[in-house]
Amino acid sequence: MSKHVVVIGGGVAGLEVAGQLSKVGIEVSLIEKENKSGGHLNNWYRLFPDRRNSTEVKEYLDGMTHNGGIKLLTNTTIEKLNRSGSHFSITTNEGKELIADAVIVATGFDLFKSARKEEYGYGIYDNVFTSADLEEMFKKGELALTNGIVPETIGIIHCVGSRDEKVGNFYCSKLCCVTAVKQAIEIREYLPDSKVFCFYMDMRMGGAFYEELYREAQEKWGVNFIRGKVSEASETIENKLLIKVEDTLAGRPLKMKLDMLVLMAGMEMSEGGKKIAGIGGLRTGENRFFAATDNHFGSNKSNIEGVFYAGTCTAPMNITETISHARAAVVEVIDYLKNSK
Amino acid sequence: MNKFGFTISKGRQIDYESNDRRIADYIFEKEPSFRLCIECGGCSATCTTSNFTVFSLRELNILIKRGENDQVRQNLKKCMLCGKCTLVCPRGVNTRNIVVLAKKAFQKSDEYAI
Repeated sequence: MSKHVVVIGGGVAGLEVAGQLSKVGIEVSLIEKENKSGGHLNNWYRLFPDRRNSTEVKEYLDGMTHNGGIKLLTNTTIEKLNRSGSHFSITTNEGKELIADAVIVATGFDLFKSARKEEYGYGIYDNVFTSADLEEMFKKGELALTNGIVPETIGIIHCVGSRDEKVGNFYCSKLCCVTAVKQAIEIREYLPDSKVFCFYMDMRMGGAFYEELYREAQEKWGVNFIRGKVSEASETIENKLLIKVEDTLAGRPLKMKLDMLVLMAGMEMSEGGKKIAGIGGLRTGENRFFAATDNHFGSNKSNIEGVFYAGTCTAPMNITETISHARAAVVEVIDYLKNSK
Repeated sequence: MNKFGFTISKGRQIDYESNDRRIADYIFEKEPSFRLCIECGGCSATCTTSNFTVFSLRELNILIKRGENDQVRQNLKKCMLCGKCTLVCPRGVNTRNIVVLAKKAFQKSDEYAI
């Protein structure tokens, strides 16, 4: 008899898990709260480090899920998750009951809500945007201020909602530094006459080809990097943004008028994930992400046997890591289905 | 004795072994958050004193930790204790208290009385 696995979340991790499971003949119900699969990938224009179009990765994931054996349930959320004997019973928002042999949670992340850092003025001043807003502009091919004028000076603020005790996030979101570098390059490419300034606390270029991209930003695109955390932004009478920062390497406070500010929003445990944690009795960590049973060799395992994690619901990850983590979850599930009963 | 206009300048090097770091130890004990500074400069960016005079709380933190006490003593007086730096700090360092404690530490030591 064929086994049935419920995958919660139809983003990168969920799609990869579903695709890999269907390849080995396991039936999958893929639950997605939005009206289509793809998650955050749908909102991104190009991907670091090679700046390929995000649609290429989406095409790969969609291809994976066309194997058959996958039932995609869109506009669906989960209201109940119970273990009964060796099975799981899952009730959806539409009152439908699904019986599964195992569950994979792939609920991903939410972007930090930048308006919470009120001192940067997101949602208050006209020309403060987030990294996600910028991707939207790139997608549309319209990089402009709210009044339609093309910006000449653009400031990028790193660590918005990451490494910040004031918003309750101690951790580093890991991807915002390289996103800043990527977007700085894209701005310079799109607006060759513009000047771009990145304000950072530390440049964390730990991934494959990140450091090379950082170097390219300096060498080829003339992006300026200033080491210091921006303390506040204010709007001037001519509708520019005045920022205050210490240029820590010069050891002096610095002020600068910019046309546009872009906030590098960090990653947080998703609201959907929090809900699943509550109804399923799944353990979360101090950082609010799902807590795996072991940091080194159990990163896909939850505190409930038969429930596994895939992707950024456990920690910030890039797409490469998410896909690897999802594949690892598949190995754990296959092992569980074969040997645990 | 002939004077030729030459003087021997004091070295710029931080002499880590010779420096007296009791001020830092005192603050570490009373305000453990002092250890959490990552030198981001958020405090100095918002600081009114920093914007008008030669003063940097970020730099002061490091000077205290290195035991560069002459420089610390000179700079300590400039802080107005408004506490804006504490509002900004992403690491939750009680920056204002560090200044208060440093002042206390100097007062406790006759050698460094300010």
